[in-house]
Amino acid sequence: MINTEYFTLGHISLLLGFILIIVGFWGILTQKNIVKIILAFSIADAGINILIVSLGYVIGKTAPIIDGSVVQKAGIDVSDSIVDPVPQALVLTSIVIGFGVTALMLAYAMKLFTAKKTLHINKFNDLKW
Amino acid sequence: MNREFLYIVLTIFLGVASIVLSFISIHSKKLSLAVIAVGVVSLFASILFLLMSAPDVAMTEAAIGSGLTTLIFFYVLNKIKKSDA
Amino acid sequence: MLKNIIIAVILIVFAVLFFDLFMLYEARTGLTGIAQYYAQNGAKEVGAANLVTSIVVTYRGFDTLGEVTILFVAASIISFFLKLKENDESKNISSKDTTEILVTASNVLVPVIFLFGIYVFINGHLTPGGGFQGGAIIATGVALMILANPNIKINTQIIHWVESISGVGYVVVGIFGLILAGGFLDNKITGLGEFGALFSAGAIPIIYSFIGLKVGAEISNILNKYQKSQKND
Repeated sequence: MINTEYFTLGHISLLLGFILIIVGFWGILTQKNIVKIILAFSIADAGINILIVSLGYVIGKTAPIIDGSVVQKAGIDVSDSIVDPVPQALVLTSIVIGFGVTALMLAYAMKLFTAKKTLHINKFNDLKW
Repeated sequence: MNREFLYIVLTIFLGVASIVLSFISIHSKKLSLAVIAVGVVSLFASILFLLMSAPDVAMTEAAIGSGLTTLIFFYVLNKIKKSDA
Repeated sequence: MLKNIIIAVILIVFAVLFFDLFMLYEARTGLTGIAQYYAQNGAKEVGAANLVTSIVVTYRGFDTLGEVTILFVAASIISFFLKLKENDESKNISSKDTTEILVTASNVLVPVIFLFGIYVFINGHLTPGGGFQGGAIIATGVALMILANPNIKINTQIIHWVESISGVGYVVVGIFGLILAGGFLDNKITGLGEFGALFSAGAIPIIYSFIGLKVGAEISNILNKYQKSQKND
């Protein structure tokens, strides 16, 4: 028995976001190679972005740009015809910062590789007692 | 065949493909395949943003998440491969 | 073995929590709260056709200032990590010759890509796009330049000057908003102009151009550092 009211764009995207986050966490926890861990981090990042945008989606509404397709003039109430613009602005910030963080992690991974000539995390046991 | 129905079919296809690609990227032994798979997941996410009426986010994800991040990963892979040989 | 069980338990707890959240979700039928305020008054107060732009640049201007700062700090730390030794600086990257097609295409396409990036961030208040997208497109042009000629010498002085001047200009425009209009980063330092025209929405095109130049310079700097780090092997 599948309830047909779950077959909307918002529900499917929300589910996809949750699944990608869990797959990313699984990769972070189980992988041994540092580059693979960073890749899993990127997957979780994409999942979180999909989740936030899908929370702002309103069925059948257009993008938050006031144009011929919405209303021509300024000052007219357009809240009936657009999707929520606030999550989109937040995700815009999140993607750019995600790029910065990924580049920083990769620079650190390169530094670790030049020090030990390997990227397997079990080889980095200098602080293990 | 109305448009909403087509959107939902496309979303389900993109979602299943993204999940399969993310599993491939975590399971595969070849790092280059894993990096390409993550780039494609990002590209599918950008199509999904476009379907969810977010063109700004779709542009950013396509340029940064799918393009530049993959490029930087390949710089690191090149460095690792050079030293292995 | 114990580790696998702990990982499985963590993932199952996350899955249960997420499934509960998924069942609670109801598809939205309209805007509420702050989003409704932005939709009703955004065009009148800010004068930008793209509501995402008016939120990113004006209503949440401090967020964007912090974000640009984070990107700057990340680029600085990457430069520090990937710093080369003195004798590595003059080495060439040993690579196969790039193909004729790539070199010719990059000569033709790089100016067009730069122009498209500038178009995207100047029109950020009218069409989808803006400073971050335009900056990323400019950085893509730099990446094409680097791929066509791996030993190219990119003038880092120009990148540093562009980045510094646009960063200072962003803050200066914000302070002008404090003096001439309602507060820091307020865009009404000039008239709002005709709605939908290129020179409208007050200071938004100026601020977004500064953001675009800054983001483009920072990402180009990161790419240049990664390219140079291939030298010492």
